[in-house]
Amino acid sequence: MGKIRTPYLLLLPGFGFLFTFFILPIINLAQTSTQTNVAGGDTGQYEQTFRFANYVDAFVENKEQFGRSFLYATIATVLALAIAYPLAYAIAFKAGKYKNLLLVLVVAPFFTSFLLRTIAWKQILGEEGFVVPTLRSLGIISQSTTLTSTSFAVVMGMTYNFLPFMTLPLYASIDRIDPRTLEASGDLYANGLTTFRRVTLPLSMPGVVAGTLLTFIPAAGDYVNAAILGNPNTKMLGNVIESRYFKIVDYPTAAALSFTLMAAILILVTLYIRKAGTEELV
Amino acid sequence: MSQKVKDASIPTIPLGARIQRWIGRNLIRIYAIFAFTYLFIPVAYTFAFSFNDSGKSNLIWKGFTLGNWQNPCGAPEVCSALGNSIKIGFLATFFSTILGTMIAFAIGRHKFRGRSTSNLLIFLPMATPEIVMGASLLSLFLVFKINPGFWPTVIAHIVFCISFVVVTVKARIASLDPRLEQAAMDLYANEFETFRRVTLPLVAPGIAGAALLAFSLSFDDFIITNFNSGTLTTFPKFIYVSAARGIPAQANVIGSAMFFLALTIVIVGQLVNRRKVR
Repeated sequence: MGKIRTPYLLLLPGFGFLFTFFILPIINLAQTSTQTNVAGGDTGQYEQTFRFANYVDAFVENKEQFGRSFLYATIATVLALAIAYPLAYAIAFKAGKYKNLLLVLVVAPFFTSFLLRTIAWKQILGEEGFVVPTLRSLGIISQSTTLTSTSFAVVMGMTYNFLPFMTLPLYASIDRIDPRTLEASGDLYANGLTTFRRVTLPLSMPGVVAGTLLTFIPAAGDYVNAAILGNPNTKMLGNVIESRYFKIVDYPTAAALSFTLMAAILILVTLYIRKAGTEELV
Repeated sequence: MSQKVKDASIPTIPLGARIQRWIGRNLIRIYAIFAFTYLFIPVAYTFAFSFNDSGKSNLIWKGFTLGNWQNPCGAPEVCSALGNSIKIGFLATFFSTILGTMIAFAIGRHKFRGRSTSNLLIFLPMATPEIVMGASLLSLFLVFKINPGFWPTVIAHIVFCISFVVVTVKARIASLDPRLEQAAMDLYANEFETFRRVTLPLVAPGIAGAALLAFSLSFDDFIITNFNSGTLTTFPKFIYVSAARGIPAQANVIGSAMFFLALTIVIVGQLVNRRKVR
């Protein structure tokens, strides 16, 4: 009897907490998203009218930021994958006894606040930094070109900030590959590229899936990079939700946008997992 | 794989070709060096500018000073923000580690109805963008007329830390050799003793790692904190707010100090672990 109950007793406190402070808020958010302004009421006073058109309005009004969020997040994820894969491969197969040390170094930048690092990029890429004057004097960019306050800087900042999230799961997957399978592939006259395409990559797929998800999801909802490194024309959905909440006190629109963002991410994630053919997530 | 290229040392091969081969063989190592440089550029920048004799705005290099390190609380609010972040971090770590470890044992050690639903419930918070989590929790607090501030922030941090604790501890539990526990049972240890003397010590490094992860996630969180902290200032919030008028060099001091402190903890932890294995 006790044995059957044990797992439930272990789950109870944690899931009770998650239900109260994660599930309930989401339900409440859904409820807020269809509310409308109280006629003649103050700002911030809303009543439930089940106005589903809130979603349409919110989407139409912010479709640019919507598209930008998913575009930037996609580019940043692809870039992070391209940068992280060889790095994870190098740590797994070429680092020898320094493996653990290098893994620590991948996570180490985390410990300097990510805001400090993002602001550091802003200053490095800014007018007073060393990158822009160097590139200008080499003639790579024109005198009037700037790097900060551009979509380039936003995407670069996102790529940078989420790189460890990509590298760690990739490493975990690649490290599990038996090097003998790669040797076997070589013995069967596969060249380096074929071995990578037919052996290494398929075996590391769980890491690719986990890494892209851990990068894409926070990137799509991010607004800090856009706020620090961007300009008004690089605003993402996160920036809109934030200002709806704090500056305009328009809770229903913010809720509708949040919900749309979450739904869009969940749909994309489900499709992606189906396509990538792995159910093994966490 | 590298054995095949041993013949590179045959003297008839010209120098240029040898250099080319060397690069080919070490390309991935060279790449790794570049990648790490990229990762550490802003860290190094932050560290360097912690020595800047900057005055109010730490934008341009004005000269070397140790003053910021000697007086890390010199800028207004910096240390109270840091104190809040540490307090919130400890509380969130403590509760999320306990709750998360219990869940990890339930899922990792037991077969029961609703196990896959439990897995989904753990995955969901990780698949929810921070802004949605932060905004929805704030809405809930507002409905119940709870003012955002210290405890709402702690609660919010526990919510997003739990999943990461579960995943980390669960991975450790999954890697345990079940024969060790069977051996303990064979030696007449009862279930509780087996857990206390065998299972728990084996899982402990996973729990410690999870706690460290939870603390660093909590300490560095900005988005969810910004929604639920009201007028309370945490360290990341302090940086974000002061970014507009220039961040005092003391923030760089604290950021760099945290970096070295955490690095030391991780490296010492690994050394201790290695000695234990021996």
